[in-house]
Amino acid sequence: MNEHTSKQFDAEMEGIRSGVLAMGGLVETQFRRAIEALREVSDEGDDDIVSLVAADEQAINQMQMDIDHQCSQIIAKRQPAAVDLRMILTVVKIVNDLERVGDEIKKIAYKARQMQQPERLTTVRVHVITRVAGLAEENLRLALDAFARLDVNAAATVVSNDEAIDASFLAILRQLISYMMEDPRTITPALEIVFIAKSVERIGDHAKNIAEDVVQAVKGKDVRHATAEQIRAEVAE
Amino acid sequence: MNLDISALPPEVAAAPKAEGSAPKIAVRKLDFFYGKFQGLKSINLDIAERRVTAFIGPSGCGKSTLLRTLNRMYSLYPGQRAVGEILFNGRNMLDPGVDLNMLRAKIGMVFQKPTPFPMSIHDNIAFGVRLYESLSPREMDERVEWALTKAAMWDEAKDKLKQSGMALSGGQQQRLCIARAVAVKPEVLLLDEPTSALDPISTAKIEELISELKADYTIAIVTHNMQQAARVSDYTAYMYLGELIEFGATDDLFLKPQRKETEDYITGRFG
Repeated sequence: MNEHTSKQFDAEMEGIRSGVLAMGGLVETQFRRAIEALREVSDEGDDDIVSLVAADEQAINQMQMDIDHQCSQIIAKRQPAAVDLRMILTVVKIVNDLERVGDEIKKIAYKARQMQQPERLTTVRVHVITRVAGLAEENLRLALDAFARLDVNAAATVVSNDEAIDASFLAILRQLISYMMEDPRTITPALEIVFIAKSVERIGDHAKNIAEDVVQAVKGKDVRHATAEQIRAEVAE
Repeated sequence: MNLDISALPPEVAAAPKAEGSAPKIAVRKLDFFYGKFQGLKSINLDIAERRVTAFIGPSGCGKSTLLRTLNRMYSLYPGQRAVGEILFNGRNMLDPGVDLNMLRAKIGMVFQKPTPFPMSIHDNIAFGVRLYESLSPREMDERVEWALTKAAMWDEAKDKLKQSGMALSGGQQQRLCIARAVAVKPEVLLLDEPTSALDPISTAKIEELISELKADYTIAIVTHNMQQAARVSDYTAYMYLGELIEFGATDDLFLKPQRKETEDYITGRFG
């Protein structure tokens, strides 16, 4: 893309773009910390990780407000059109998704701290949940990469990856229901894990939203509610 | 009154279409020359009936030249000539036998700088009407009121019809010029940067007027203000160095233009 005649306009656009990447970077860090908290609930120092996650969430909220403000300023002062307008609208939506991801990660960390130790479902929590959380984290990173490189093919991959996360969520649910039916003493920890799994599944959805917004920014096509196949066909055009 | 596009040769019928509305004017393979310099290069374009078509592009791109060919304003200048077809009501307006006075009554024009005649508001409007029609004084008064009402000027002007048109503010003068163009009941209005000399409030009034006038008239507007083109027009044509680069629905062109050149221009990446 050529530069704007106004260098200041270029600097402002680069400002919101790098703001999204910095915010995304912090969300990824926060996510890794929350997964760590899930693994090591009983270990000493767990509270430290949870308070770090909470502090991250505060910083993420502030970043969203700052980037939103910058976007409003550009719209008011520059009357952006075409690719610039699509990029700004995309940034506003992406920072909204990232902020929601930050909230879900905080919920995961708080739930991890609440869980009684040792519990009956440690294996499910440590292995199954952290595995699907790892998938969601990977997909979030891919979505942010797609944004950084304006790569619509990567964005399409994010959308199809999310189907695997949704399928894992349903599998975890079925597994937990079996435990709960067999042994009512697992109901309390199982419900905690359901909440955690639901948060992970929501993070996957937000990563998918980010990917769809990237397609909108690059191709000018609204692919929300489209299937992964349809998006693949769209980006291939 | 409309053209039957299907009767045109295939390469002509393949020109960019203003979808969803019948073309009022069809420009086909139009070349324009200022002496030896070619100002327009093989322009093909439809101007849709009762819609607003905007022409944008950097200075010297040919947008005003194209507008001036539509009512043959260029014929006033020696050494300027147009080749090709401008089909209006089924007839090529570039044919030598065309009655230019009647053409300009059907295709009116308003310029960048307000150009009221040095006479009263009433006479500014009556002047043009008298060239084409002989109306009784009462009919003429009615026509003046009608034209001023169309141009959203009646309430401001009704108590000072005998005052000079030159005494009005710039925005009022421009609306007077639009009233004067409307008074002879044209089919098409050509607006050449009609608000570039006006303040924002007067500009907003003219833009409001344009959206009201399109119920009755076909409008073509040249503007340097891209946001204005985005606001007032249904179709936008982007021109560069005498060529039509992109033509399409305004809603699409300002969000996702098809051509990179258009995107560079409307996002301020030009040059």
